[in-house]
Amino acid sequence: MDTLLNRYRNITVLLLVIFAQLVLIAVQVRNDQDVRMIRVWSVTAITPLANVLETVRGSVSDFFRNYILMHDERADNRRLQGEVDRLKMENQFLKTEISTADRAKALVAFQQHTQSRTIAARVIAAGAGANSKVVFVDRGSGSGVEKGMAVVTPDGIVGKVIAAYPTASEVMLVTDPEFAAGVVSQKNGAVGTLKGQGQSTCKVDYVPSEEKVEVGEMFYTSGDDRIFPKGFPAGVVRVVRPSSPYQEVLVEPTGLQRGLEAVLIVLEGVHQAIPEVPPANAPVYLGTPPPPAPGEQQAAAPAGPVGTDADKLVQKYKQIGAAENHKFGEGGPGTKPPDFNIKLPAPGAELPAVEAAQPQGSDAAARRHGDAANPLQPQAPPPAAKPPNTPKSPAPTKTGVAASPGPKGAPRVPASPAVPAPQPAKPKPQDQ
Amino acid sequence: MSEYGDRYLVGSQREQVSRFRARVMLFVPLAAILFQVYLPRPFPFLGYLELPLLVTIYFALMRRSQIGGLFIGAFIGLVQDSLSIKQPLGMFGIVKTLVGYFAASVGLRIDVEHVVIRFVLIYFFYFFHQFLYWVLVRGLLGRQIPFETQLTLMLGLLNAFVGVTLFHFMDKLREPA
Repeated sequence: MDTLLNRYRNITVLLLVIFAQLVLIAVQVRNDQDVRMIRVWSVTAITPLANVLETVRGSVSDFFRNYILMHDERADNRRLQGEVDRLKMENQFLKTEISTADRAKALVAFQQHTQSRTIAARVIAAGAGANSKVVFVDRGSGSGVEKGMAVVTPDGIVGKVIAAYPTASEVMLVTDPEFAAGVVSQKNGAVGTLKGQGQSTCKVDYVPSEEKVEVGEMFYTSGDDRIFPKGFPAGVVRVVRPSSPYQEVLVEPTGLQRGLEAVLIVLEGVHQAIPEVPPANAPVYLGTPPPPAPGEQQAAAPAGPVGTDADKLVQKYKQIGAAENHKFGEGGPGTKPPDFNIKLPAPGAELPAVEAAQPQGSDAAARRHGDAANPLQPQAPPPAAKPPNTPKSPAPTKTGVAASPGPKGAPRVPASPAVPAPQPAKPKPQDQ
Repeated sequence: MSEYGDRYLVGSQREQVSRFRARVMLFVPLAAILFQVYLPRPFPFLGYLELPLLVTIYFALMRRSQIGGLFIGAFIGLVQDSLSIKQPLGMFGIVKTLVGYFAASVGLRIDVEHVVIRFVLIYFFYFFHQFLYWVLVRGLLGRQIPFETQLTLMLGLLNAFVGVTLFHFMDKLREPA
């Protein structure tokens, strides 16, 4: 130590003398704020050190405090994580409940709107087997369900009842390979048979190659199968491949697009018109406006094929002109114009008396007795291509009752009108 | 440092350490300071001479002691500060302390009896003294004063000439070995 001090004695003395004189200067000199420089230097020299010390002290204090509190925080973490998990599950459950409620609401609205007599059912089980396209619903023969009844949702057809038990029923879905239903395209009226393939898509067989079918077009039930009333959405065309003599049409069934939880079983089907505009693909079902009054509806119903509003108006004027023996385009100025306010006879009045006299729903009643023929059985011949509004020859049925298809687009229900107009609203029981 | 410096002292140089009487060590610096303070009033051109610095350099070189040199410089500088107007104590003290220390360090290593060496050392230490003082004024007092390099170099020459002459007369005040 002595050697070290001796070696650096001169420089140490120099530094001490310099430092002493610096202190002397600092004591005398004041800065702009009239503060002595020694105070400024002292504060400037001390405060960073104090800052460092305070930082170290705070860090050490925080470290120990955090270490002590860590145990409680871990427990809180676990508790909060559990609560988050529980809330997530609760949230998912509520979302499912809301979705179910929306579907039930849509189902009720559809049930109130449709003219067919239906009963709501809930899917309670699926059929055994990996490729099973069969489900069980919680309505059986005790609720009036019988074999062969149609099963639909507001989005479209779902399947048909293949077995009715006292408390449940077995429903074959539209995707089942053995399923078949008569369908007609919405735009061009191409008639075919919807068949399941065991996949998510179905095919429409027996559509002649000369018929025009577009991708995106809707297929509706034609009512030819005596199971599904006419006018229910069946599916939307996804693929059209030309072939001979029948083109290959693949459709995506609309009734299964949103899952399958609640369905409607059609107890008594009522044919209805195929809408001109396909249903909007809305996530929430929106009920269509209520049907007009019978008189108003009949007055507005055109006698010819359904077209645009202008076509309907032209048709109406032609009927008025024919009723008053007036030829449009003839007659000079000042001649009496036709009376456009007269009431035209209802389209149903032009039907044959025998068909008009039969009560509606007789077809459904006949089906309930198992007498109705199903033209969509595998051994049944395919429907032949026919021009629109061309009557088809009656086909023999099991019971010998002719399943007269009538004009194209018209239902085969005897009591239904000749034009594809909705049936007049009638009181129907609502079985929930 | 003393031992380090002594290692470089040859025998003849060790014997050449000058000794002065105490009154010489006291009155010569005071005389130089008085000269620096009072004579420039009637004779302004004498203000360019830095006699306290020259005396400091001389004693530091001749004493060949770093501690002695720094204390001589500190003493002369502090006295000079005390007689200066609005000059905080310590400004010249610090500068002359460093000059005395470094001058003594140089005196330990080279023969300072030669006139040319004395001239160069005085010239160098004068420039060092002025520059360090300028740095301290700017750094410690915050005064923005310019540093005139050319003038400093010219005055360095003047002080070197005067210093060599002064050193010649001061050699007469040394005690005989």
